[in-house]
Amino acid sequence: MAKDKTNNYIRNQSYWGQVLYRLRINKMAMISLYILIVIIALCIIVPIISPYEIQTTNLSGKDQKPNSRHLLGTDLIGRDIFTRLFYAGRISLGIALATVAIECVIGVVLGSLSGFYGGIIDSIIMRITEMFMSFPFMIICITVVAVFGNSIPNLIFVLAILGWTNIARIVRGQILILREMEYMEACEALGISDVRRMFKHLLPNVSAYVIVYATLGMASVILVETSLSFLGLGVSPPTPTWGNMIQEARNILIIQQKWWYWIPPGTAIFISVMCFNILGDGIRDALDPKMMR
Amino acid sequence: MRNYILRRIIQIIPGLIGIIFILFFILELAPGTPVSYMMHPKMTPEQKAELEEKLGLDIPWYKRFINYIKEASKGNLGYSTTHKKPVTKVIGNYAGPTLLLALVSLTISIFIGIPAGIISAVKHHSIIDNILTVMSFIGISIPSFFFGLLLLKAFAVDIQLFPLFGLKDPLLMSDNIFDKIKDITWHLVLPSIVLGLNSTASFMRYTRSSMLEVIKQDYIRTARAKGLKDKTIIYRHAFRNGMIPLITLLGYWIPLLLSGAIVTESIFALPGLGKISVEAAMSRNYPLILGINSMLAILTLIGALVADILYAVADPRIRYD
Repeated sequence: MAKDKTNNYIRNQSYWGQVLYRLRINKMAMISLYILIVIIALCIIVPIISPYEIQTTNLSGKDQKPNSRHLLGTDLIGRDIFTRLFYAGRISLGIALATVAIECVIGVVLGSLSGFYGGIIDSIIMRITEMFMSFPFMIICITVVAVFGNSIPNLIFVLAILGWTNIARIVRGQILILREMEYMEACEALGISDVRRMFKHLLPNVSAYVIVYATLGMASVILVETSLSFLGLGVSPPTPTWGNMIQEARNILIIQQKWWYWIPPGTAIFISVMCFNILGDGIRDALDPKMMR
Repeated sequence: MRNYILRRIIQIIPGLIGIIFILFFILELAPGTPVSYMMHPKMTPEQKAELEEKLGLDIPWYKRFINYIKEASKGNLGYSTTHKKPVTKVIGNYAGPTLLLALVSLTISIFIGIPAGIISAVKHHSIIDNILTVMSFIGISIPSFFFGLLLLKAFAVDIQLFPLFGLKDPLLMSDNIFDKIKDITWHLVLPSIVLGLNSTASFMRYTRSSMLEVIKQDYIRTARAKGLKDKTIIYRHAFRNGMIPLITLLGYWIPLLLSGAIVTESIFALPGLGKISVEAAMSRNYPLILGINSMLAILTLIGALVADILYAVADPRIRYD
């Protein structure tokens, strides 16, 4: 009985209503979503809740263990690590968000052109995609960052230019499937223009998959950006990111005795990447029509 | 089949030239030249021009590109000024530790990741499956440098079980080959775990989802209905079909492993390709940057080719004509 009721409930919902319903009953995904909301909220409101400025140094209060005044202690020049952690989150998450947004634009445009027109356009775009996929990602990143300088816009540009291939491939694949469907034939018979067919009838159906890959993309961009910062090739100090906070603590004495220097940023990366991964997986499961049965 | 392989090998060449072309283009767009990094502040413009000429930077980049391709086809990748050796020699000297590390961690990932994925799929929704799934999420999400530092702290600093840095113990005087092997193995334990964790978790996830897909199919139900043992069904009928998507994955895994090796080598101070590629990028050693990138690109393209061939071997339904 109860099952019938939920089935009816699902059937009466719109497509997005169904997806949201299935996402909401996935506990892991919802917990991840809430954790991400908390992290992002803390990054936004950190200037309000923290009594310390980001660059305030306080040599008399340097190198303190976590205590009631400094929740995560202070570093070698007396900066509050808790405050820096969430300012760093702004940079790390901001870079990831900007990168993924550009990846989505490139990926959706190239993927839909490729899938929609097929033929020679498709072959050219797919060859380019394969070429970008066979780039030794990390080394190209290092090279570009080293020769162009490691400003934040450069970093976003490099990561986006090298990372759009997944989205392009998934969009192309979906459009190839949708193009053969009857409603597209109807569109063609009605004489609807290419642009309108693409934007009004194809892309809305693809957007769900783009959201999945964008969420998973957030996870991988955070990992790559923090790795670059860890190698000393990402954002340069004193601007904090989660990666260069660990980079600054790369000293065997600090690793051994001063856990509060490097465990908090490491954990922050780990938790946010994990939440993006679980959430992305959860959205994908919620989209999967096989679950409807 | 033979025609297909030949055609694919020929297709590798334009792909490779494309990659080198893009690299030349990036390096050309970059502000400044390698000379501006080597320059002495008191250098006269004439001396600068002379240095540029010596490095071959006075000719336009597209001509340099054509020359590079010509020389590369003969196996000459240029000369690394910082190492005072040909690029091929430099790469050869440093490739050993990286390849060893990549190979060991790939082996670990295959032998742990795939069986774990199968168990997880067979016992779908059980406690084991849930635990393994959570562990795989941890594995793909933990940044390798953070995991590496945690391991360093736990196993090399707190309990001094493994050595901290490097590939060989500089104090080891023994000439005995077994002692040397043991020394290197001991140094590689932590790096291999760090590099292997991510791939192990990914392989597990791919195996699990692919096996789940296969297990749902009708022919597995038929096999069950015939009364075959569960083991036979899984390992003889489902396994082979379930592995096909993984073969493609392995082909694309090479660049990921080598990218991971850069970070791992940096944590454990291993003298490998990762180390010299960071150095090459920092000091703008163009021949070395190009050399390492083309070598990795070749490896990647060959990996994709081997994956496609194995694909046909594993799945007789696929024919390349």
